[in-house]
Amino acid sequence: MHSLHSSKRSGATDEPAWVRWLLTVAALVFLAFFLLLPLAAVFTEALRKGWDLYWEALKEPEALSAIKLTLIITAIAVPLNLVFGVAASWAIAKFDFKGKSLLITLIDLPFSVSPVVAGLIYVLVFGAQGWLGPWLAEHDIKIIFAVPGMVLATVFVTFPFVARELIPLMEAQGTDEEQAALVLGASGWQTFWKVTLPNIKWGLLYGVILSNARAMGEFGAVSVVSGHIRGLTNTVPLHVEILYNEYNFVAAFACASILALLALVTLAVKTWVEWRSERQMAAEQAVVHDH
Amino acid sequence: MRFRQASVLPGFGLAFGYTVFYLGLVVLLPLSALIIKTSSLTFDRFWEVVTAERVMAAYQLTFGASFVAALINLFAGLLVAWVLTRYRFPGKRLVDALVDLPFALPTAVAGIALTTLYAPNGLIGEWLAPLGVQVAFKPLGVVVALTFIGLPFVVRTVQPVLQELEAELEEAAACLGASRWQTFGKVILPTVLPALMTGFTLAFARAIGEYGSVIFIAGNIPLESEIVPLLIIGKLEQYDYAGATAIASVMLLISFGLIFVINLIQWWHGRRHGMRK
Amino acid sequence: MKTRFSVLTALLLAAVSGSALAGNELLNVSYDVMRDFYKDLNPAFIKDYKARTGQELTIQQSHGGSGKQARAVIDGLEADVITMNMPPDIDALYDKAKLIPENWASRLPNNSLPFTSLQVLIVRKGNPKQIKDWSDLVKPGIQVVMPNPKVTGNGRYSYLAAWGYALKQPGGNEQKAREFVGAMLKNVPVLDSGGRAATTTFMQRNIGDVLLTFENEAEMIAREFGRGQFEVVYPSLSVRAEPPVAVVDKVVDKKGTRKQAEEYLKFLWSPAGQEIAAQNYLRPQDPAVLKKYASQFPAVKLFTVDEVFGGWRKAQKTHFDDGGSFDQIYSKK
Repeated sequence: MHSLHSSKRSGATDEPAWVRWLLTVAALVFLAFFLLLPLAAVFTEALRKGWDLYWEALKEPEALSAIKLTLIITAIAVPLNLVFGVAASWAIAKFDFKGKSLLITLIDLPFSVSPVVAGLIYVLVFGAQGWLGPWLAEHDIKIIFAVPGMVLATVFVTFPFVARELIPLMEAQGTDEEQAALVLGASGWQTFWKVTLPNIKWGLLYGVILSNARAMGEFGAVSVVSGHIRGLTNTVPLHVEILYNEYNFVAAFACASILALLALVTLAVKTWVEWRSERQMAAEQAVVHDH
Repeated sequence: MRFRQASVLPGFGLAFGYTVFYLGLVVLLPLSALIIKTSSLTFDRFWEVVTAERVMAAYQLTFGASFVAALINLFAGLLVAWVLTRYRFPGKRLVDALVDLPFALPTAVAGIALTTLYAPNGLIGEWLAPLGVQVAFKPLGVVVALTFIGLPFVVRTVQPVLQELEAELEEAAACLGASRWQTFGKVILPTVLPALMTGFTLAFARAIGEYGSVIFIAGNIPLESEIVPLLIIGKLEQYDYAGATAIASVMLLISFGLIFVINLIQWWHGRRHGMRK
Repeated sequence: MKTRFSVLTALLLAAVSGSALAGNELLNVSYDVMRDFYKDLNPAFIKDYKARTGQELTIQQSHGGSGKQARAVIDGLEADVITMNMPPDIDALYDKAKLIPENWASRLPNNSLPFTSLQVLIVRKGNPKQIKDWSDLVKPGIQVVMPNPKVTGNGRYSYLAAWGYALKQPGGNEQKAREFVGAMLKNVPVLDSGGRAATTTFMQRNIGDVLLTFENEAEMIAREFGRGQFEVVYPSLSVRAEPPVAVVDKVVDKKGTRKQAEEYLKFLWSPAGQEIAAQNYLRPQDPAVLKKYASQFPAVKLFTVDEVFGGWRKAQKTHFDDGGSFDQIYSKK
């Protein structure tokens, strides 16, 4: 029922070849200037002194510990926001209630908060001079300048992604299918797992990919609550900044390129999901034909 | 009218309750610290801080550049999303993956890479310099950086909607004699408009607060190319936390207002066009 | 529900493990450009300490902008020692959180300054614009690159150096100094947010005719960008850069690391420590070491912030706080 590929479209719903060509070229030129060239600049700098130094920079214990920390933080922050995003979009897109625009605006808000400020607010709450600071110090619990604070800052900056991906999608889909499922006797959870989730999987995937990328790349907010202890509380972006400030450009850009390569990992994941769903759909169609 | 209109779907209480709880804990509670810290200032002092000449100039630059960048992304993002979902061309999957790059790249690296390209001796800057256009270290550089970091928002919000768009609708329009252009304007655009507006809002919101990528390319000259977050850091350097939170609170309030208005327009538009409700 | 619980557990575990620092571990919270110096110094100290006491120490380093690092310590980053690039950043530890006594500077020799530096002018190879002194920086057509005085110590030193120079010229007064610095800032096309960012703007982007920075930074530029690329010009008069160090009392008393932390800082004044400073182009306090490295430290007439500006607190307030001279220069009103 969902057409994913242009190949399925008939001539009546396709543009003339020259229009397609023109639009494609325009899009690619724009992307070349704003995405490809900056990326090329990163790799050029990273490989300026050859592959050996590139690998050397990545094999450094400090670089490895930064990569590890970045992955840990992302692995905690993204699932937290995933659960929130699904809950929020379910409430917002499937129901009508007063103050909906207000709620959406509050969800958007973390984006407009400067990373500098996003870090600052956690310092104001958990810092030694903050609200909970004395209590935390008494019980020897560390939030900021340790992993929990960095997770909180990352959760904050990636807060809206999943919800914001899902809301327009769920709104466009309406509630007809869910209502039908319920009428046919499915329970609420069944309806969600069997009807809603398959319908929103693309939006969900994009949301996770975006949160993931942003969580790994976040610099400003995490920088405020990290403490910058080398090999201990430095994430990859913080490590990159330190290397850059040491004029160690090759190592700085090598570590940055690792983050860029993560975009390619998400590509692999997305392709895999696409492939699986295509196979599944083909299988379902085969079942229909058998009957 | 009741708070919530009746619906046969279950789970509103749980979903809504969790949403509000999590939102309160992660976002609203810490943000309230900002407001409370600001309230330690007298009103006169607060007003003096947030309306200072340089602060006003910085608001103008930050909001202006963010708006222009989001506008560029609105058009460019729709174009990219369209091309990626509708057409086939070599390297498409790679291009699709690259769209997320501005998020994955640490903002500081993005800023440095863009400055390298757009500085007067850079690959692109070199071509622009003879034309009398200087990008890096000028307000134009701010727009370039903000366009870069905001691009994925529009593309990634529009893309799933375009993918889910049913071909039958377009076919029906075509059968009824609509031209391709008419189909786009009357069928496709209204459907993707909410997503498009969402993308615009997010790109705009994100641009307002951006620091890392802008700081390298902006030039940071007071009254000319100084962004608001830099002023906040300037306050912190004087250990003036209250002054910093005052400027941050005003930014928060303005962004909140702007995003709220955009969301209201969107909601109202959705109503009028009766999104299959 | 189960996953959420395990996430919570992970968070708590991380919180607890973060606080488990052993007694033989020191954290040195320092500013951006000191990494090379402490990279050389720390192993030397660890070896020396082990030889004398048999105890094996680990020293963690944290680097970032000077003021930002000081704020982190105030807000709870548990630094045993703090090594900043100007005294106000350590004063703040007393002012804002009483982590150290007010008289912290008098606890170590030389007002707690193990070494000093000064502001120099870095020009392009062959000095094509013939820049010799601060007075050349206000000429029309000269482009000056320096970091932002509002947010960096490096920028503040350059600003004060130019101000002090103008003040000390024949017939110099506050008004003339303000005009002089204003004219210099008019020639600044980029105010970078960090000292090293300013260097990159000057060296890599090829912007500006002169870069204002620390003397020891010139050596770092030479190591990375090549010695033939630029020249160092020593002005007729400059400001003494004073990077102080201090033990953070509240932290070492809590962690039980006072002895180690004090030994660590004292090592900076030892002949070995002074030697490492000189090798990193920081001017040592020890006259014998200074003499040994005299060829790399030309004699320059220097003034201190205390002499000309009546102390750091006053200098910060009159020049860099909100409404100070820097803000006034950039005001249209």
